[in-house]
Amino acid sequence: MNFLTSNSSILIIAIPLLAAFLVPLISKASAKGRNIFVVVVTVFVGILVAILAKDVYANGAHIYTLGAALPDITLPRGYIVPVRIILEVDGMSIFMGIVTAIVSLAAVVYSLSFMKRETGQDKFYTLFLLMMVGMFGLEFTGDLFNLFVFLEILSISGAALAAFRTRFGDTVEGGFKYLSISAIAALMVLFAIALLYAQYGLLNIGALAAVIQFTSLDKLALALMAIAFAIKLGAVPLHMWVPDTYTVAPASITIMLMAASQACLYALFRIGFTLYGGTTGTISMGWIVIILGVLSMFVGVTMAIPQTDIKRLMAYHSVSQIGYMLLGVGVGLAVLGDTAALNAYGRQAMSGGIFHIINYALYKGLLFLTAGALFYRLGTRDLNKMGGLARNMKFTTIFFIIGALAISGIPPFNGFASKFLIYESVYQFSPILSIIAMLVSIITLASFTKVFQAAFTGPALPQHKDVKEAPRSMLIGMGILAVVIIFFSLCPGLIVDNIVQPAVDALINQGAYINGIMGGGL
Amino acid sequence: MSKIVRTVANQLILFIFIFGLYIIIHGHITPGGGFQGGAVIASGAALMIVAFGSSRIQKGIKEKHLSILESSGAVIFIGLAFAGLAAAGVFFFNTLIGSPVFGHTPPTGPNPGDIWTGGIIPLMNVAVGLKVFAGLSAIILVMALASSGEEVEE
Repeated sequence: MNFLTSNSSILIIAIPLLAAFLVPLISKASAKGRNIFVVVVTVFVGILVAILAKDVYANGAHIYTLGAALPDITLPRGYIVPVRIILEVDGMSIFMGIVTAIVSLAAVVYSLSFMKRETGQDKFYTLFLLMMVGMFGLEFTGDLFNLFVFLEILSISGAALAAFRTRFGDTVEGGFKYLSISAIAALMVLFAIALLYAQYGLLNIGALAAVIQFTSLDKLALALMAIAFAIKLGAVPLHMWVPDTYTVAPASITIMLMAASQACLYALFRIGFTLYGGTTGTISMGWIVIILGVLSMFVGVTMAIPQTDIKRLMAYHSVSQIGYMLLGVGVGLAVLGDTAALNAYGRQAMSGGIFHIINYALYKGLLFLTAGALFYRLGTRDLNKMGGLARNMKFTTIFFIIGALAISGIPPFNGFASKFLIYESVYQFSPILSIIAMLVSIITLASFTKVFQAAFTGPALPQHKDVKEAPRSMLIGMGILAVVIIFFSLCPGLIVDNIVQPAVDALINQGAYINGIMGGGL
Repeated sequence: MSKIVRTVANQLILFIFIFGLYIIIHGHITPGGGFQGGAVIASGAALMIVAFGSSRIQKGIKEKHLSILESSGAVIFIGLAFAGLAAAGVFFFNTLIGSPVFGHTPPTGPNPGDIWTGGIIPLMNVAVGLKVFAGLSAIILVMALASSGEEVEE
């Protein structure tokens, strides 16, 4: 247990990496064995995330130095800057780790049936595990260059998976679009890292944050990284890839891509709060994030209304939901230097935004999975060709209702809890922003009412008369998310106090992050 | 290709492979390493495919065998990283550094004539070289087969 606790952060990254390359070898022996192996690995990683979470909440940031004599020696004797690859897992990182673990578990169980008809499944699971590696690595790393490496792992495996079902022509387009925007974003990040490295000779985020001067080159680096991550998380006006890629990817991969964009959101916050948190740029940075957020919220939801393709509609809602997180956390970033305002409403806005990350991943994941189940049984995503499905697909209908109510922020569901935190606190910052957020929520409800009415109620279409319920593993995958949503809805206070607040504190407390690296000498 | 090309390719392949292996094994002390050496060896494989034609090469080496090799390369690399965890309790710890595997304790730092100075680094280079060689060769083979109009095995 002690061994697992002290090594959990690296094992969470290393075990899926090892498993990814064992999958093709196991696959030669037995396809069933491979499926069991992948599920077992994902569950084990989930357990490790729980162990690490327990450690982080009890003892503060978890530091792991690769290749050192002991994991916590970040500065060996005689060194004034850290030279090794260092993982630093604080409250915010582990929060994102929990999101990734839940989403991957649901996605892998769902894939067992969903991908059954496809060829080359060993490649699918290899890429799937690599995608997990990329996400966990991005969230746990304390090193800028590693951030870039994991971003690349994530992008390449994500693009290959989005285009996986090549028998449908449009998937290749979606995958290619994702690959192109990822390549542009990754190059921008790499260039920004080069700018910082050239000036300070450092790559470690904590060490850089301690010495950063906010020169004009630093501002350029910040702008490049902010744009790159805004592309990757799909904020308006850089959202053009989201509907195309989310629509055509297999449903289980759509939710992984969604978790990947959350990981990029985390990277944006980490750069803004931790790397540049001590500089004078936080106010303008905060306002840029707020403007991006409000634009995403409003444009996303208005674009969603006219869609008739169910997954495309949900993809536009994703853009809109990302806006809430940007708005909440952006308000916190804008008032970061002003302690009175931060305590009055900044912290609350941030906890709303961060709580919304996990809520969004859960209910949006559930909605995408129900859309995937409809596609699996009907072979179409067109809402005009659906109708009366509630008769035959009872569980899918129930899951859809849970997801739709949660996304629209209807009490008592978890979406209400986080949205209410955002409304309340943002109102004190700027009433008009709060009103826009509420308006967007109402339009979201209207839009999902339309989907529910079109797909599940009304007379059954003759061609779908004897459509069957989704296969069992897909129901279990959806069930995992639904159970977590209900748990979060019943006790939002517990979640906010125990996992959201540590994340907020970790973002605000830049000194603790720096000290985790620079204080770990001999 | 013509007989001249095939004969020259047959002679040259040995030197290309040896040069690639040299770059891999000396990766930790001279410029180069697993990726570069693996790419050199894969270029030898590309030369064979160009000279003899993909269908003839495919009789000897199948794409699925190459992909097994590729996976094993990656598994060996991560396995070596796990060896550090098992031996010293830290992932990626260099367990073999300074150990007298070849009968004497190797010197540290640059020196003439002793390549056993890197601990597990040369072994990791070999694993990376294996992965890069197998991966690139598989890609070239599949692309050559596809462009020659033959069926590619899944």
